[in-house]
Amino acid sequence: MTVAASTETPAFRIEMLWRDERYRSGFIQAITMMILMLAVAWLVNNAVENLAALGKTFDFGFLWQPANYDINQRLIDYTSRSTNARAALVGILNTLLIAVMGCVTATVIGILAGVARLSKNWLVAKLMTLYVETFRNIPVLIWILLTAAIVNTALPAPATYRGLETGPVVVTNRGIYIPTPNFGDGSLVLLIIFALSVAAILMVRAWANRRQEATGEQTPMLWIGLGLLVVPSLIGYILLGAPITLTYPELKGFNFQGGIQLRDSLIALWVALSLYTGAFIAEIVRAGILSVSHGQSEAAYALGLRPNRAMNLVILPQALRVIVPPLISQFLNLTKNSSLAIAVGYMDATGTLGGITLNQTGREMECILLLMGFYLIVSLLISAVMNLYNERVRLVER
Amino acid sequence: MSDLHAETVPYVARTRFEPQPPPVASSGVLGWMTQNLFSSISNTIVTVLAIALILYMLPGMLEWAVFHSVWNASSIKECRDIITASFGEGATGACWAVIHERFGQFIYGYYPVSLRWRPDVAFLLLVVAMVPVLFRTMRPLAYAMGGLLAIKLLIALYDVMTGAKVEVLTGPTTVLAVIAGILALVVGGEKQRPYWIWFTLIYPVIAYFLLWGGLVLQPVDSSKFGGFLLTAVIGVTGIAGSLPLGILLALGRRSMLPIVRTVCVIFIEFIRGVPLITLLFVASTLLNYFLPPGTNFNIVLRVLIMVTLFASAYMAEVIRGGLAALPKGQYEAADALGLGYWQSMRLIILPQALKISIPGIVNTFIGLFKDTTLVSIIALQDPLGLMKPILANSTWNGIVWELYIFIAFMFFVCCFAMSRYSMFLEQRLRAADRR
Repeated sequence: MTVAASTETPAFRIEMLWRDERYRSGFIQAITMMILMLAVAWLVNNAVENLAALGKTFDFGFLWQPANYDINQRLIDYTSRSTNARAALVGILNTLLIAVMGCVTATVIGILAGVARLSKNWLVAKLMTLYVETFRNIPVLIWILLTAAIVNTALPAPATYRGLETGPVVVTNRGIYIPTPNFGDGSLVLLIIFALSVAAILMVRAWANRRQEATGEQTPMLWIGLGLLVVPSLIGYILLGAPITLTYPELKGFNFQGGIQLRDSLIALWVALSLYTGAFIAEIVRAGILSVSHGQSEAAYALGLRPNRAMNLVILPQALRVIVPPLISQFLNLTKNSSLAIAVGYMDATGTLGGITLNQTGREMECILLLMGFYLIVSLLISAVMNLYNERVRLVER
Repeated sequence: MSDLHAETVPYVARTRFEPQPPPVASSGVLGWMTQNLFSSISNTIVTVLAIALILYMLPGMLEWAVFHSVWNASSIKECRDIITASFGEGATGACWAVIHERFGQFIYGYYPVSLRWRPDVAFLLLVVAMVPVLFRTMRPLAYAMGGLLAIKLLIALYDVMTGAKVEVLTGPTTVLAVIAGILALVVGGEKQRPYWIWFTLIYPVIAYFLLWGGLVLQPVDSSKFGGFLLTAVIGVTGIAGSLPLGILLALGRRSMLPIVRTVCVIFIEFIRGVPLITLLFVASTLLNYFLPPGTNFNIVLRVLIMVTLFASAYMAEVIRGGLAALPKGQYEAADALGLGYWQSMRLIILPQALKISIPGIVNTFIGLFKDTTLVSIIALQDPLGLMKPILANSTWNGIVWELYIFIAFMFFVCCFAMSRYSMFLEQRLRAADRR
């Protein structure tokens, strides 16, 4: 006897939309989509109505009109007659400048402080704990404003240098002046020589690694590398008749002329962001080193590796896997925090595009959209790098 | 047997040596110093350098901040005169008098003086509302209220000694503190905790009416909000709002439904990709465009919305980490028990995931609390924003460090307390894993 299974499907009833698993997910998504579309339509409709009521249009034409304001810190040519778009570009470059400078110094400070916090020396460890806790628990904006105040009040004014012999680097309350390099005839050749020697170092290193893997013999890479880096460029520099010279800053009138000026606002921002982010990086580094189990370093010592080789070959590669992802998100944070430049008057993207251009043209919608777009692109790029790295060093288990 | 023993053991000690004290170099203060400060030559050099640094920095700072400081003056000029008179020409010292004089403004902003008891009560009730969430019994509340009353007594004593009017002991906060303290002692056991939680749930409504007014209370415009009151309002709202919103976003990001997931991913990545300051610009200039024509709700409320959305995106990522860290078996076990999606999340998955993500959650809270200072850039009167009018005033023009140090100190206390609490909580919750 066989019992014929009922093949008849029950008739569709409306409550099956949320009771029956076959329909439920589709139903929920359809509802979500509808609510979302309605919300977006409502927002856009409101925006259109409001803009119309104010007599405003939505177009980016203002970008090609003259900006009519000066930017004191700039990496490319810019005058007040340049377009708003160029002003925005100057600001974007300034953001990238502070981001790169800050990331480099924050990493150095963070690694030093993180290692020092693990020091066997009680005093050093406690001092570093004090540094980390102080900087982590006080808002970065306060640090930026405080550093700006220190730079502006504690450093000497340019006028105090009158009649004094100033060296290549001059520190004043308007900023730090460093020499400008002048590229004369033949400097291109010199740069090519330098690039070639860097390439040579990489090639020799690859060869040395292959040789060590094949024969076990080590090549003294440090000395070969240093020699390759310095000697060809030095010979080229002398043979070409010193093509690169430096212009020192000189006191003329009330201010220094010549040389590159790192403005007070740039320095305040740079120092504050580096120290602040450095405190976070210190914790990341410390956690990374602590995450490598003690047995690993003991095993390395048992193999007869000396401490620095044990560090380089056994501990660091494992610690880096833990350190790098949060480190990169700290870089991202630093880049985003650099938008606080607006508080000390450093003209980054927020100061130009989201500040003066916005206020002068009254194009809030367009300016803020562009500004957000810029930061989004930067952060997406940074997280793409992070994902690539994660993919490379991921532990492959079983 | 005893013969055998005599043959195998060539020597047995017949006398007992008296125990000797450990070598000096490994015990006591001296031993501790040899081990931790002077264990090697390089270590000694580093120690000496560190001590030199401390000796170089500390005396000058102490002299400026403590020994040469002035606590009672009515202008910066008076401060400087007092310092010159007592410590000679050229001496510098901190003028804390500015904090003393503007303390009320730093705490309440421009909130009407006669109504300041309302933020006080709101703060006291906030403590009451927080304790059942943070601790297992209400006993810490009794201690807190006792401490508050003790501080009030001290202030009253100070007032009596200086001949001022004693008002501090008769305010509504005293009455409330006594009531809450007694209640916490009498019905503050672990069993009564759910009832206290009910109070926590209705607290936002109470706080709203206390701060903004309405019903029987006189309304206060939020442009009057300022100082640490504003910081606390933004911080607490952001914290309270971002946790549930973040949980929903995290669940949405791990959802099986592609549209829900995409929406959550776009929202999270967008918010995390832009700096908070651009979102605050949106709040201050753009948000009104997206609302029906004619609506104009005030800037503090707009900032609250933006800060909550901002924090919830970060919270979502932290909680997603916790969800991902749970072993797959937990999800399967929940399914095997026949629990529905929300049941399994509420009873099995989320409690464990949230426990794992506590450090991250508290870090997000701390970050949010610190980020409240950014509202000073869009001209709200938080403590940093309040500095401008004080510095512009000719009575205090020239004061810089004192204000920064005071504000920084207040933030440090709050953030440090939060991070220590998170450590305590981790310890407490780890008890489940200990065997």
